Amino acid sequence: MTTILSNIKIKELEEKARDIRISIIEMLAEAKSGHTGGPLGMADVFALLYFYMLKHDPQNPSWSERDRLVLSNGHICPVLYATMAHAGYLPLEELKTLRKFGSRLQGHPHREFLPAMETSSGPLGEGLSQAVGMALALRVDGKENQVYCLMGDGELNEGQIWEAAMLAGKEKLGKLIGIVDRNNIQIDGSTDKVMPLLPLKEKFEAFNWHAIEADGHDFQSLNNALVEAQAITDKPSIIIARTIPGKGVPEIENDYHWHGKAPSKEEAERFISVLKNPSL
Amino acid sequence: MILNPKIFSSDIEMKATREGFSEGLLLAGDENKNVVALCADLTESVKMDGFTKKYPERFFEMGIAEQSMASVASGMAAMGKVPFIGSYAVFSPGRNWEQIRTTICYNNANVKIIGSHSGVTVGEDGGSHQCLEDIALARVLPNMTVIVPCDAIEAKKATVAMAKTNTPAYLRLSRPKTAVITAEETPFEIGKSQVFFTPKEKAVAGIVACGHLVYDSIKAAKELENEGIFVSVLNLATIKPLDEEGVLQFVESSGGKIIAVEEHQKYGGMGGAVAEFLAKNRPTPMEFIGADDVFGQSGTPDELIERYGMGASSIKEAIKRILER
Ligand SMILES: Cc1ncc(C[n+]2csc(CCOP(=O)(O)OP(=O)(O)O)c2C)c(N)n1
Ligand SMILES: [Mg+2]
Repeated sequence: MTTILSNIKIKELEEKARDIRISIIEMLAEAKSGHTGGPLGMADVFALLYFYMLKHDPQNPSWSERDRLVLSNGHICPVLYATMAHAGYLPLEELKTLRKFGSRLQGHPHREFLPAMETSSGPLGEGLSQAVGMALALRVDGKENQVYCLMGDGELNEGQIWEAAMLAGKEKLGKLIGIVDRNNIQIDGSTDKVMPLLPLKEKFEAFNWHAIEADGHDFQSLNNALVEAQAITDKPSIIIARTIPGKGVPEIENDYHWHGKAPSKEEAERFISVLKNPSL
Repeated sequence: MILNPKIFSSDIEMKATREGFSEGLLLAGDENKNVVALCADLTESVKMDGFTKKYPERFFEMGIAEQSMASVASGMAAMGKVPFIGSYAVFSPGRNWEQIRTTICYNNANVKIIGSHSGVTVGEDGGSHQCLEDIALARVLPNMTVIVPCDAIEAKKATVAMAKTNTPAYLRLSRPKTAVITAEETPFEIGKSQVFFTPKEKAVAGIVACGHLVYDSIKAAKELENEGIFVSVLNLATIKPLDEEGVLQFVESSGGKIIAVEEHQKYGGMGGAVAEFLAKNRPTPMEFIGADDVFGQSGTPDELIERYGMGASSIKEAIKRILER
């Protein structure tokens, strides 16, 4: 894995991220419910992971050598589904079925419906423990697979996250990389108001993690963080990715009311035209 | 029984039980300054926002930390407060069940647990959020009172009544707007069941229901009456302590055959509570309406009620089945 991303690669990732964002808006408008802010904010992270960083095979989702990605903050699954569709795990057409009766794209990820995901989630705070379990099991088997765990910043309120963090530190899980969607919002308002997290980097360091801050909308910055995290083999790493909830649609950026709201048909049209032509 | 006169009309008012709770919490707060509210980052969803605005100094934001919330409330109760803790049922009493067991029930602490978004009518969010196990979780705990209101007005009255008891209680609420079947004048008392529908001829079976499915039960009974099948409906709002006398009387006056109707797993819920009591005291054939040992999934509330066999048509089928037994 090279450290410097070429301009061509960056351009390609930007296009992927834009397509993912457009799909997110389309599927949410069709579903008429669901979460918009978090998914738009994490589209760049997902684009980099699925189109550059992850060892995976969309044609063979159960490939044993794949990296494992646990989405702990399951409510942002529109970005997972859209990215998986663009990567070839499922037909793009299927995105329209989000949240509909009988769909594989459940309102929150349910692995029984879509086994290409590593786990089910939605209830917050439970993913990191599962990722720790995967990393421990892989290590016992002498495997080198990387285990990623994505979490929300509000989600870090849950005590279970810190129980898992303590264990990962104790076990020196060098193959575990956590990524925090540091968007400063949760449901009741800003994270500062609901439950301040600062100093966050130092909290993880105190739990014997290697902590890195990155710009969640800058592919080079994110890539540097991931490469640095992969090079740390005697500790788990956490990447605190600074993101903007609603990123790409200025009229909803940073507005916590968009945590769990879907755009109307008219809003969706407007948002998509802005995404297609940001200078508008 | 005085109910909403519009109960059989298509323009019956619709209102969510969580809205009724919201009004009840304000009333309880007005009456008793020791009433406090705690929430885990779902203040608007659980409808604690009205209380929060009126009494900001008596509201405590816990962050997304339901386990801590339960025990913080226990501590506050030990200091004489009357804490109401709010989240979705799947997280409270779901995630924090053992904290509720030890720090609330084991201490007999005066904490009121508000579990919103119960059942499949959560809808599109999917099975992870549709709690179908909370009645079982709550009723198995010593010292716990368990209330499942049938509509928004009953939810309001139950909230006010809960605030006046001195022991742990669980109130189960739903997300969507549901029919308002009672009236302001309908009496409510914790621990008392009420016959909500008496057919015009002697009943051959009885429906014991709780929550918004009481409405579907009454509709089913009315439709069956038109078909010449006479069944009565009992609103069992308090599941624990069980109104044993009320249930016994109802069984006697309803042909000695019972259908239990609830938006919950068939195992361990309200029907189970009734069956445990009747098996010992008056063995009674029963049918159960509820989730059949399965999780829910995404869909509209109506689609899911239909899919999981909990609506009026399933209730009617169950009646016909039990009449053959
Ligand atoms: C255990 C648990 N409690 C409550 C919820 C309800 N809930 C869903 S998302 C959310 C806020 C999460 O905040 P954050 O992780 O920062 O996500 P963001 O709003 O930034 O997308 C809450 C409280 C939940 N899903 N799980
Ligand atoms: Mg957040």
